[in-house]
Amino acid sequence: MATGETKKPRVGLFVTCLVDLMRPSIGFAAVRLLEAAGCDVLVPAAQTCCGQPAYNGGDRASAKALALRTIAAFEGLDYVVAPSGSCAAMLKRHYPRLMAGDAAAEARARAFAERVHELTAFLVDVRGLNAVPGTFAGRVAYHDGCSGLRELAIARQPRALLGAVQGLELVELADREACCGFGGLFSIKYPGISDAIAERKTAAITAAEPALVLAGEIGCLLNIAGKLAREGSDIACRHVAEVLAGEMSAPPIARTQVRK
Amino acid sequence: MTRAASPLEANAAAALADRRLQRALAEVPGGFAAARERAKAALPEFEALRRAARDIKDHTLANLDLYLEEFEDNATAARTKVHWAPTAAAASDIILAICRESAARLITKSKSMVSEEIGLGARLQAAALEVIETDLGDYLLQIRAEAPSHIIAPAIHLGAADIAADFRRHHRQLPPERDLASPEALVSEARGVLREKFLAADVGITGANFLVAATGSAIIVTNEGNADLTLSLPKVHIVLASIEKVVPTLEEAFVLLRLLARSATGQEITAYTTFVTGPRRPQDHDGPEACHVVLLDNGRSDLLGTNLREVLRCIRCGACMNVCPVYGAIGGHAYGSVYPGPIGAVLTPALPGTHDGGELAGASTFCGRCESVCPIEIPLVALMRRWRERAFASGSWRQRGMLRAWALLAAHPRAYHLMARLAVATLHLLARGRGAFSRLPFADRWTRTRDFPAPQGHTFQRLWARQQRKQPP
Repeated sequence: MATGETKKPRVGLFVTCLVDLMRPSIGFAAVRLLEAAGCDVLVPAAQTCCGQPAYNGGDRASAKALALRTIAAFEGLDYVVAPSGSCAAMLKRHYPRLMAGDAAAEARARAFAERVHELTAFLVDVRGLNAVPGTFAGRVAYHDGCSGLRELAIARQPRALLGAVQGLELVELADREACCGFGGLFSIKYPGISDAIAERKTAAITAAEPALVLAGEIGCLLNIAGKLAREGSDIACRHVAEVLAGEMSAPPIARTQVRK
Repeated sequence: MTRAASPLEANAAAALADRRLQRALAEVPGGFAAARERAKAALPEFEALRRAARDIKDHTLANLDLYLEEFEDNATAARTKVHWAPTAAAASDIILAICRESAARLITKSKSMVSEEIGLGARLQAAALEVIETDLGDYLLQIRAEAPSHIIAPAIHLGAADIAADFRRHHRQLPPERDLASPEALVSEARGVLREKFLAADVGITGANFLVAATGSAIIVTNEGNADLTLSLPKVHIVLASIEKVVPTLEEAFVLLRLLARSATGQEITAYTTFVTGPRRPQDHDGPEACHVVLLDNGRSDLLGTNLREVLRCIRCGACMNVCPVYGAIGGHAYGSVYPGPIGAVLTPALPGTHDGGELAGASTFCGRCESVCPIEIPLVALMRRWRERAFASGSWRQRGMLRAWALLAAHPRAYHLMARLAVATLHLLARGRGAFSRLPFADRWTRTRDFPAPQGHTFQRLWARQQRKQPP
């Protein structure tokens, strides 16, 4: 972009531990979208995990310690953006609650929370993005991750961005607000129940006959893709950012290579 | 199949393998949950009502002692005898004593989850009293010697074919060749059998959906009218209610009533909504000669003033279980508690004598759909998390150790990123080019039913650092 423009906002990417470990291509897709939305992207090396496993596992002390570290890691940045509704909700909604009773820390967590956004919500609501680099020819279904949907009311934004993808036909799943059964550690603590819930979700997906299932939440995607793969389905799974950014060189989740 | 790690997991495995149960559970989302959605859509002020209801309950709970005493005063003035039962055993003792004083032999009973909570039926039967459940679902369960699996539709796990067989087995006095093919025939038979019991009963026991402090009344809602026959035909009526059922005045009761039926069954109001204020007066045509209200605490007052107090807002509509993916997968019996579903997960560990230890609260995906439909905005996820915190605090060294070790690592970014790189590189090697693992020895609880996607091979942090070195900003 030409010099002399207003200063670009400095956005800290909260990568999330699962994207860092499992699927870095989602991180690069997020960077590309943030840059397309006119942001400077920084990735603080001191970030690790948002602390959700500890928080939901009942270990409040560990969660609070991680929260304080995360807040410190993103000091001085204009925004903190995560390609995950549940991690963004942890930072935005739960960090202030974790600090309850410690006025200074709580005020700091509240100020931090103000700057935190889930990726698609940031692109649409803060940056007003209405054109995206990606293209996709075919039917696509979008699964709403529960935390993003119910804690941050994210539903409209990813659909608005997908509406801007040339060639893409969006179909809605039956009972679209139903959980996929992942639930973090729940998926290995109660695998039978988790699988039964996942089966209802993959049945809804199969019935909608999409070529591709998207979500803004890699946890859900690992679960859904793993279940679809076990069922021998042809339906591919990707993070919504990959399609929006046109970062499609990596094979879909749980796939060896892109099937045409 | 590996060994189940907990009673709940074992129950869940049995429930998931029960095809009859699974067929019955498949009906729940399209039934109650869909009906609730329609009822909500037809009432523009629904969300405002939820907030009003929450405020009513919070206010009442903050002044619970005052409202309970006001209820006692006004109920006493209406010639109701009020009994205070601190424990489940005390409540059963009180009710048994009333039955004995009345020389009762036959007792009719309408739906009451609190009676299940205190084990009343078994206690009265052990005292050689005949107890007949008069709610159709409860009656079926009594014949089958089963517990309710849902708080408003106790026999939701049964199909019509099961019921016909039970009736033939149990109603031996009726002609064996009778037609029981239609639901109407079943209802008609139950009605005939129960009618005799209603007329012959010495004592009628009901629950209460609300107690009204200002009038001393109990409000009882049903769709079958069985509570009305239970409370008006015998000489003695006993109301069994837990202390959090009290509301200040009729006005508050109406707000809650408007939400109750809509949230439970999608009805605007239930078929019968009955207000009971004391026994029969001289000018009344019918009604019992004596009326008792047994107020049960059983651990509830210990929740007041704690960060679990919102549990007591519940009006027992069942909406949370109707949308719960876990309840939908395994049904109510698998919880192994009187109250199943999300509300059961947060109420059960508060009841003395239950040894839950927060396990039910652990069996949730935290999807939050329960609290999104709760008519009283109970923060069910936050409450389940609080029970998890209690369980963690009292958990084994090993349970705590796993989370703590991971949290310690995450608190040291350099070590964390190194470990992350090693872990994904190892997994990537193990995958040998496949996109997913169909078996992973240390993750077999996942890979038994689902593939585990293989990582791409490098961490984002590593790739990003490399890219930054190549093209400095």
